[in-house]
Amino acid sequence: MKTIKLFERVGSFAENKDIARELRIKEIIPTLKKNESIILDFKNIDAATQSFVHALISDLIRKYGNEILDKIEFKSCNENVQKIVMIVTDYMQEGQ
Amino acid sequence: MFSPLRYGNVIYQLILLKLANLFTGIPGKLTNILIPGKLVHMKLYLPNSAFIGNIDPFLKSIDFSDNNKLEIAANEKWIAVHPVVLSMVAALGLPVKPENIKCEKLTAKSAHYLQRMGLFNFLGTKSGLKTEEHEPAGRFVPLTKINNSDELSNFIKDIIPLLHLQPFQVDPIRYVVSELVRNVIEHSASPTGAIVSAQYYKKSNRIAIGIVDTGVGIKKTINQSYAAATHLEAIRLALIPGITGTTKREGGTEYNAGAGLFFIKSIAKVNHDFFMIYSGNAMYKLLKTGPNKLRVDPYDDKHSKSENLPCWGGTVVGVDISLDETKEFSTLLDLIREIYSKAVKERRKAKYRKPKFI
Repeated sequence: MKTIKLFERVGSFAENKDIARELRIKEIIPTLKKNESIILDFKNIDAATQSFVHALISDLIRKYGNEILDKIEFKSCNENVQKIVMIVTDYMQEGQ
Repeated sequence: MFSPLRYGNVIYQLILLKLANLFTGIPGKLTNILIPGKLVHMKLYLPNSAFIGNIDPFLKSIDFSDNNKLEIAANEKWIAVHPVVLSMVAALGLPVKPENIKCEKLTAKSAHYLQRMGLFNFLGTKSGLKTEEHEPAGRFVPLTKINNSDELSNFIKDIIPLLHLQPFQVDPIRYVVSELVRNVIEHSASPTGAIVSAQYYKKSNRIAIGIVDTGVGIKKTINQSYAAATHLEAIRLALIPGITGTTKREGGTEYNAGAGLFFIKSIAKVNHDFFMIYSGNAMYKLLKTGPNKLRVDPYDDKHSKSENLPCWGGTVVGVDISLDETKEFSTLLDLIREIYSKAVKERRKAKYRKPKFI
């Protein structure tokens, strides 16, 4: 189980898609490929944009199917961040 | 722990006003001609009032016929303009050599506003205004050019103290700036980057934001995946959730979903605020009136649209955000989630094959 503390990477406002993509490619995908689970820790993140969350996780759902969400846990999300994550996971799964 | 639910440069510049006028009315053909590599400059007149609600006469009056100079004139008595107007002036003036920018002597008492917003520094010209006059601190973000992702991240950190925002007011403002500027950085190929400015208006307790680029425009971006025949149709498609120029595939690419502009229009919509987007010869304007229910198709919102404007090579976005009426961002996200799902389902259903009964 690998934990990524997002605040350390993007600060309190998670909007930098370039960093999101880099995290996905360099850390999240390699972890999932080893069949390990991952925790995305949103502690101290005040807000996130839909674009950031999309760049972070959308391709995982597309490539590995909806089941990949069983291996990802979203930790310490505030209410708004939870809702942004829900919007992205909704439209990615509904569009499959 | 939270787990979501599972379900099964070229500079593309502006057509000369004369050409635009000549060709208006031939959608998808001559109206869409842009002139790669050709700098086309202009004359413009800053009126006594140009905000999103009454910006149309200002846009119609812009004269792109002089491609060597930028000439700025202004109302003699009063100048009060939305930041989007200043961002437009700055974006158009940026490629022009300072010696080719002529600014008429400004006599309006409020002309110092232009100086305070950094317009003349930005253009490298002199305003003729006395600089020793007291400049109130105010709550504003002066004209700023943003070229890349890191500059944007730094800019977003800076604007919160500049606008003196309360914590509950921060989310929609930085959301709008981030999504709009990232659109410019990623899609526009704008040689002038994103030109951003913002102003707080105490009387109406709102923040006005203008974000402008001189890139390829929305039509060219959308046309990579969708056959929008006109600039207006391209704008309409760009405002529909899940439509992106980068792919026709539902859910977008790994990097783009086509949701940014819809989110921003939604923020304005639920708060009864103005929102405008102008690209090519077309402008879509969300009006303040009407129910605040979110709609998939921007044409179902109370709006105005124009297709005969001087052709802007790039994209102009202006938005107002009322601070005292800012609907809970959390509630807005619920509404967006609902309407977004509806949009995706409707598009999927539209692709269903019909059984043949014989």
